[in-house]
Amino acid sequence: MSGHFQEGEIETLMNMFKTAFLALSLVAAPAAALAQETAPAAPAEAAAAPAVLEAATNAAEAAPAFPAAKPVPGIGQPVDGALGIQPQVTKIGEEALWMHDWLLMPIMVAMSVLVLFLLFWVAARYRAKANPVASKTSHHTLIEVIWTLVPVLILVGIAIPSISLLAKQFKPAPEGAITLKAIGNQWNWSYEYPDHGIEFTANMLTDEQAKAAGEPRLLGVDNRIVLPVGVPVKLLTTASDVIHSWAVPAFWIKLDAVPGRTNETSFTIEKPGVYYGQCSELCGDRHAFMPIAVEAVSPEQFQAWVKSKGGKMPAEKAAEEAAAKAAADAANAANAAAAANAANAAAPANATEAAPAAANATNAAAAATGN
Amino acid sequence: MTDIAATPSEFQAAHAHDHHDADHKPAFFARWFMSTNHKDIGTLYLIFAILAGIIGGAISGLMRLELAEPGIQYLEHWAAMQGGDGLHLWNALITAHGLIMVFFLVMPAMIGGFGNWFVPIMIGAPDMAFPRMNNISFWLLIPAFTLLLGSAFVSGGTGPGSGTGWTVYAPLSTSGSPGAATDMAILALHLAGASSILGAINFITTIFNMRAPGMTLHKMPLFAWSVLITAFLLLLALPVLAAAITMLLTDRNFGTAFFDAAGGGDPILYQHLFWFFGHPEVYIMILPGFGIVSHIISTFSKKPIFGYLGMAYAMVAIGVVGFVVWAHHMFTIGMDVNTKMYFTAATMVIAVPTGIKIFSWIATMWGGSLSFKTPMMWALGFIFMFTVGGVTGVLLANGGIDNYMHDTYYVVAHFHYVLSLGAVFALFAGFYYWFAKMWGKNYNEFLGQVHFWVFFIGVNVLFFPMHFLGLQGMPRRYPDYPDGFAYWNEVASIGYAIMAGSMVIFFVNVIWSLIAGSKAQDNPWGEGATTLEWTLSSPPPYHQFETLPRVD
Repeated sequence: MSGHFQEGEIETLMNMFKTAFLALSLVAAPAAALAQETAPAAPAEAAAAPAVLEAATNAAEAAPAFPAAKPVPGIGQPVDGALGIQPQVTKIGEEALWMHDWLLMPIMVAMSVLVLFLLFWVAARYRAKANPVASKTSHHTLIEVIWTLVPVLILVGIAIPSISLLAKQFKPAPEGAITLKAIGNQWNWSYEYPDHGIEFTANMLTDEQAKAAGEPRLLGVDNRIVLPVGVPVKLLTTASDVIHSWAVPAFWIKLDAVPGRTNETSFTIEKPGVYYGQCSELCGDRHAFMPIAVEAVSPEQFQAWVKSKGGKMPAEKAAEEAAAKAAADAANAANAAAAANAANAAAPANATEAAPAAANATNAAAAATGN
Repeated sequence: MTDIAATPSEFQAAHAHDHHDADHKPAFFARWFMSTNHKDIGTLYLIFAILAGIIGGAISGLMRLELAEPGIQYLEHWAAMQGGDGLHLWNALITAHGLIMVFFLVMPAMIGGFGNWFVPIMIGAPDMAFPRMNNISFWLLIPAFTLLLGSAFVSGGTGPGSGTGWTVYAPLSTSGSPGAATDMAILALHLAGASSILGAINFITTIFNMRAPGMTLHKMPLFAWSVLITAFLLLLALPVLAAAITMLLTDRNFGTAFFDAAGGGDPILYQHLFWFFGHPEVYIMILPGFGIVSHIISTFSKKPIFGYLGMAYAMVAIGVVGFVVWAHHMFTIGMDVNTKMYFTAATMVIAVPTGIKIFSWIATMWGGSLSFKTPMMWALGFIFMFTVGGVTGVLLANGGIDNYMHDTYYVVAHFHYVLSLGAVFALFAGFYYWFAKMWGKNYNEFLGQVHFWVFFIGVNVLFFPMHFLGLQGMPRRYPDYPDGFAYWNEVASIGYAIMAGSMVIFFVNVIWSLIAGSKAQDNPWGEGATTLEWTLSSPPPYHQFETLPRVD
C-alpha cells in the first residue's frame, strides 16, 4: 500500500497524528514508526477463519498494507476513573451530550439536592427535642397542586428538546451516504460496504496481540471499520444468530442487530481518529469479546483504503459494471450449461440462506426508521 | 380509631361451643406444612425470602469478586469445579442473580411476607379470604425455586445453568441455549408466576370483601392500598409473561417459530410481551415499599400521613401508567420514531405521581415530632435513594439520550438505586418496624442503627460508581472489561464487601434478638402508630378479630 502514498501525503497524515499526540505530550516520530509496524489489513476471506493471528500475519505479507492510525488515549475509549460521558465526534452525539450535561444533569442534581436538603431540614427542625408536640396538619390543597404542576412543567421542559433530539436522530441518511452493514455473529462482527464491494470480519485481538499492536485490551480488532470523516454514513445492522447490538459511545450510536431484521440509522463522523465500542446485547458466552473499532480518516485516505481492500469507489464501480455487462451477457450464453450444473449443486445451500434473507427484506421495510 | 363492638356474652358463647380459643395452635407439621393461617404463611414467606436473598446476594458477591479487577481471575476456576465453561458460568450467574432477587426475594418478602402478615390485620379481617389458596401460593414457590436452583446442575449450553439473562430474550433463549437448564428456569418462572397470580386473587378478594365495618376504601391504610394495586398489576401482567415464556418453551421444544424470523416469527415480539409484564413488575416490587414507608414516616413523625388521598391515587396512577410505558426498555431495537417519542413522553409522566409521593412524605414529617429509630432511618434512606434512582430514570426515559446509556452500567446503577436501595430499604424498614409485632421480641436498636449506616455506605459505594462506568460506556453483563473501567469497578467491589459486612450485623441482631430480646409491648412506637396491628398483642393472637373491630 505504501506505494500509493507519495512522500508528502505521508507527511500530512503524520502531521495530523502529531497534533493529537502533542496534546498528550507524546513525540510524533515513535508514533509514526509504530503506525507502520501494526498494519492489521487482512482481506475478508482470510479473517473469517478462526485462526485470526495466523491469517492476519500471512495476509499482511501478501496484501498491501494500509497504515492504521494509533488510538489516542481519552478519545473513543474509556478513561480509567473518569466520571462523565466520552467525548463526542458526531453532530447527534454533541447535541445529545449537550442535553445531558446542560439540561438533564442540572435538573437531576437540583431535584436530588432539594430532596436531600428538605430531609435534613425537617430532621433538624422537627426532631422530637426541637418540636415535642406534632401538628395534626394532613391537607393543604394549594401545596399539593403546586407539587403536581411544577414537576409537570419541568417535564414538559425536558420533553420538548427530547422529542426534537429524537427527530434529529431519525433523519434518514442523505443521497451519497456511505452504506455500512454490520452483521452480528456469535462472536464477531462481519461488515459489508455494499457500495464498494468490500466485505470482511472483525475479530477481537487476544490480550497479547492487542499489547503488541498498541491497542487497548478487549477493544482492538484485527480488521477495523474505516470510514471517511465529514461524509454521512448509513448504518445497517442485522444478525445471523441471536440479537447483538452495535454500539460506539463516541458516536452516540447504539443499534440492535436482530436476526431477520435490518435496522437503520445514520451519523457523520467529524474528527479523524480511532473509536471503540462493544457489543451491547447479551449474546452468549463471548458477549464481552466482540468489540467494534472504527477508524475515521480523510476521504482521500478512505479511497486508498477501499483500494487496498480490493474494493472500488461507487462511481468507478458503476462505470466498470456498465462496460462489463455486454461482455458478461455473451459469456453467460456460452456458459449456460456449466452454470446450470453449478446451480444444481449449490441449491441446498442457497435455500437455507434464502429464507432469512427473504425475511430480512420484508422486515427491513417495516423497520426502516425515520420515514 | 377502633372500638370492639361485640357484647361479651356473644364472645363467651362462641368460646364455650367449640374450644376454639384465639391462641390454639396446631402441632408443628400441621401448623407449618398445612398452614391456613395468614401470619404463619407470612412467616414462611419471609423465611423463604431471606434464604433466597442469601443465595442471590452471595451470587452477586461472586460477580463483584470477578469484576474487582480487569481480566478473568476466578471464573475458569469455579467453572472447572462445576465442569463447564467459565464464560457460560458468568451468564448463568447474572441470570440466577436477577431471577432470584426479583422473583424469590423482593416479591415473596413484600407481598407474601408483609402483605400476608399485615393486610388482613390492617383491614380488620380475621384471615385471608382463601386460606388454603394462600397455602398453595406459598408452596408453589418451593418447586419453583428448586427448579431454578436445579437448573444450575443441568446443561445450559457450554456449561451447566441457564445463561439467558433474567429477561430470557429470544433467540438466545431458544436456538441459542441448548440443554434443559433454560427449560427448567422457564418452568420455575411459570410456577412462581402461578403462585403470584393466586396470591393476587386472594389479596383482591380479601381487601374488597373483608374490611372491618366502617373501613371504607378511603379509610384503608396505605399499605393495604399498595398491596391492592400491586395485586391488580400482578393479575394483569403475569399472564402475559406466562404466555411469552410458554411460547419460548414451544419454540425450544416443539418446533414452533413465534420468535424465529426464519419461520416467520419475530424476536422483537418476545421483548414486547416480556416488558409488557416487566415494567409493571418493577412497580410490583416497589409499590408495597411505598406503603410500608408511608406508615413508618407517619408513625415516627407522630402525624397522620399528609395528603392521604393523593398518596393512594398517586399509586393508582403509577399502576395504570406503568402498563403503557414498557417499550422504554427497548429503545435500541430499531423502533419507529413516533413510537419512540410516545414512549419517551409517557415514561416521563410517571415522575409526576412519584414526585407527589416524595413530597407528601416530606410534608408528613413537616411539623411532626420526629424520632429516628431504625425503621425511620431506613425509610429516610429510602426516600433519598429512591429520589436518586428516580431522577436517573427520568434521564433514561429520554429515548435520544438512552441510546448512549442503554445496556450500560448506568442502567444497572439506576435499577439498583430503585430496587437495592429502594425496595430493599423498604423491606428492612418494614422488618424492623414490625419485628416486635411479628415475633414478640424487641430488636437491638444499636445494632439496627449500625446495620443501617454500614449498609447505606456500602450500597452507595457499590452502586454509585456504576453511573460513572455507564457514562464511560461499560456494557452490562460483561465478565471482563477494558482497563479503562478498572478503577470504579474496584471501588464497587469494595462497596460490596462493606454491604456484606452490614448483613452480618443484621443476622447477629435478628438471631440475638429472637433468642434474648426483651419482651415487646403491644405498641412499642407510641401514639404515632395508629393502624390496627398495634391494637393487638405482640405477637398477635393466632386468630385475631374473631369479633370484628369497628372503624369510625
